[in-house]
Amino acid sequence: MRETNMKKILISLLFLLFGTSAYADCNIKSGSINILANDFPALRTFVETAKGCKGSADFKVTHSSEHNKIAVPALTANPSEFSARIAANSSIVPLMNQDLIRPLDDLVKKYGKGIQDSQLITIDGKIMAVAFMANTQHLYYREDVLKELGIAVPKTYEEVVAASEKIRASGKMQYPYAAAYKAGWNLAEEFVNMYIGHGGEFFKAGTAQPSINNAKGVATLNMLKKLAGLSNPDYLTHDSEAIKVEWESGNVALMTLWASRSGTLLDDDGDAKITAATKLTGPATVAGGNIPAATLWWDGFTLAKNRSDADAEATFRALAHAAANKKMVADAADQAVWLIEGFKPGPKSIGVIEAVKMKAKPYPMLPQMGLMHGALGSEIVEFLQGKESAEQALKDVEAAYMSKAKEQGFL
Amino acid sequence: MPNKTFFWFFLPTGLAMILFIGLPIISTGIQSFYAQHDQVVKEVKKCDPFGCTVSIVVDQEKTSKIREEKPLGKFNGFGTYVDRNHLAIEEIGKFWNETNSFGEFVDQVTNLPFYKALIFTLTYCLFVTPNVLLLGFIIALSLNAVTRRIRGPLIFGTILPMIVTPLVGSLVLFWMIDAEGIIGANLQMLMDDPYLSLKSSKTLTWITIIIYGIWHHSPFAFVVFYAALQTVPQEPVEAAIIDGASRWQRVRHIVLPHIYPVVTFVALISLMDNFRVFEPIIGFSAEGSAQSLSWLIYDNLVNEEVILFGSAAATSMMTIVGIAILLAPVLIRTWKEFRTAR
Repeated sequence: MRETNMKKILISLLFLLFGTSAYADCNIKSGSINILANDFPALRTFVETAKGCKGSADFKVTHSSEHNKIAVPALTANPSEFSARIAANSSIVPLMNQDLIRPLDDLVKKYGKGIQDSQLITIDGKIMAVAFMANTQHLYYREDVLKELGIAVPKTYEEVVAASEKIRASGKMQYPYAAAYKAGWNLAEEFVNMYIGHGGEFFKAGTAQPSINNAKGVATLNMLKKLAGLSNPDYLTHDSEAIKVEWESGNVALMTLWASRSGTLLDDDGDAKITAATKLTGPATVAGGNIPAATLWWDGFTLAKNRSDADAEATFRALAHAAANKKMVADAADQAVWLIEGFKPGPKSIGVIEAVKMKAKPYPMLPQMGLMHGALGSEIVEFLQGKESAEQALKDVEAAYMSKAKEQGFL
Repeated sequence: MPNKTFFWFFLPTGLAMILFIGLPIISTGIQSFYAQHDQVVKEVKKCDPFGCTVSIVVDQEKTSKIREEKPLGKFNGFGTYVDRNHLAIEEIGKFWNETNSFGEFVDQVTNLPFYKALIFTLTYCLFVTPNVLLLGFIIALSLNAVTRRIRGPLIFGTILPMIVTPLVGSLVLFWMIDAEGIIGANLQMLMDDPYLSLKSSKTLTWITIIIYGIWHHSPFAFVVFYAALQTVPQEPVEAAIIDGASRWQRVRHIVLPHIYPVVTFVALISLMDNFRVFEPIIGFSAEGSAQSLSWLIYDNLVNEEVILFGSAAATSMMTIVGIAILLAPVLIRTWKEFRTAR
């Protein structure tokens, strides 16, 4: 293992020394580029590619898993700290709500050569972001374990429950299932997925009034509880990274995890036997529904409004270079499901491609959705702990959401 | 010290306090009375790589006009203070009328976020503060009795928990109590229960955080008590020994009265610190089972993609009031003693 690490360090060093010259310089003469992005391998590759094109412009980047906490305050300042923010369906919403990002129509026209129309995020006819990769949560399974016990690859969450129970009964694993159930954002995301899988709607049509306290909501909670019962009892403290570690220790045979994490799961680190037996499949459906209990996500770049036009232009040119880069897509084909022309999906993209084929819904891009997500993350915990009924938990979510929505002026 | 000298002596500190503590508190107070303007939304077409839908967005043109006129937001009075996520006056009234027994009523009230957090915060204060005082005092007494040669290293070892950053300290313990960690796994063996998890049970999480709190805060009490013990005059102690007083009697009647003002001081600081308990909740990823008032503020400011300034400000103001109420008895007592001393 140490050897592979050394190799990695050497390769990254070489990359740092010579890598940038591999990409064409885009001849940007001036301006300053400062990017805020989440931290996972595909985004690092993307930003690195953009850096190769910076020319004589200033280039800075902040990769942080706490990007959501920084974004709004940093972009509200005038001039804004960052000239660009790599956002996703959910994180673009607060930026839109506060009017912090600029339309990109002119820049796309001028410098957007190679960017496909399908990459453009348009809102009210204006291009607000350029997407470059897609993401979703889907199933991972241990082929060896399922085969040994004669279990077919699960297609629905009911089958996941049955399979997990069978694995537990066999005595092979005590907690055969894992998903990121950490109280807060992660847990709420699992609820959103499962609720959409049940065909639920979060709000009464056309309003910001919540509507989750219904039979579908109850069924969603019951399914989450069943799955939680098959997970490590510490599930309320487990985020994506923690369950990845569980998986790599061989404690888990079925898991719902982000597609963007498959790269680190299937790399050379860790037990080769587990890595070889780790297989990917599409997201599961639930309750006889035909759309998967998962949400589709895009990652794309947005430009700060409170920044000079010159900086915006320089930033756009660098990022557009990466967002239409066939070489990057070919080199990093297994890091993400790129939405960029020339991408040939590999085995690590199965999850997202299946999800799209199964017509998974995108995460709802509504101005008040963040408040609902926040209320879900804290109010359904007590139901999972067995301290209150599903109806009470859903009632609490709605009440907590309504107080927040009133304070924010949505109700 | 003459009053005039005191004034000039205190002036720089006073100014800094007004600037860095007083004004921010006032600004927070003002903020807590405001809510966001009513959002003007409109229906638009949204397209992304997965297709187009008709959906709503905030109408920026209209919203920015309202915002410019009144940048603070919509005046809300005590609206935020009494809403469900804070004091929940309306909900409590409803529970009172709807529930059949007092137990049920308490259940309903403690299910509200603010009261849930308040109960944890108070429980934490109630258990940690006295135990910190007691443990700190016992350690100080024992160390004071140890021979001087090994006292230095012992003192260093004792204050180690205070030197370790709270977040790091709690993370270390977090991994130790993991189902596969050294404490967690051994507990499972001891209790013969493979499903035992310190992190999943609410009660066990509370106990863990409280024990961590005692471990982390005791050194502070110890250091202060130890310093105070050095000032205990030897003559009365020796006289007591000649009179045949036991060790306990000496501590009870000579040492304790002597260091009493210091005990009050440590109790005050400890209470204030404990009422603001926050780091262990993050360190232990205990958000699911334990929320404190400080955590609520943090949650409002960062955990949602939308920042709830009004909510956070209201909780902050109530935390300040809470600390004032908690400290009131001690402060009044100190003030009375001060008056009689003069």
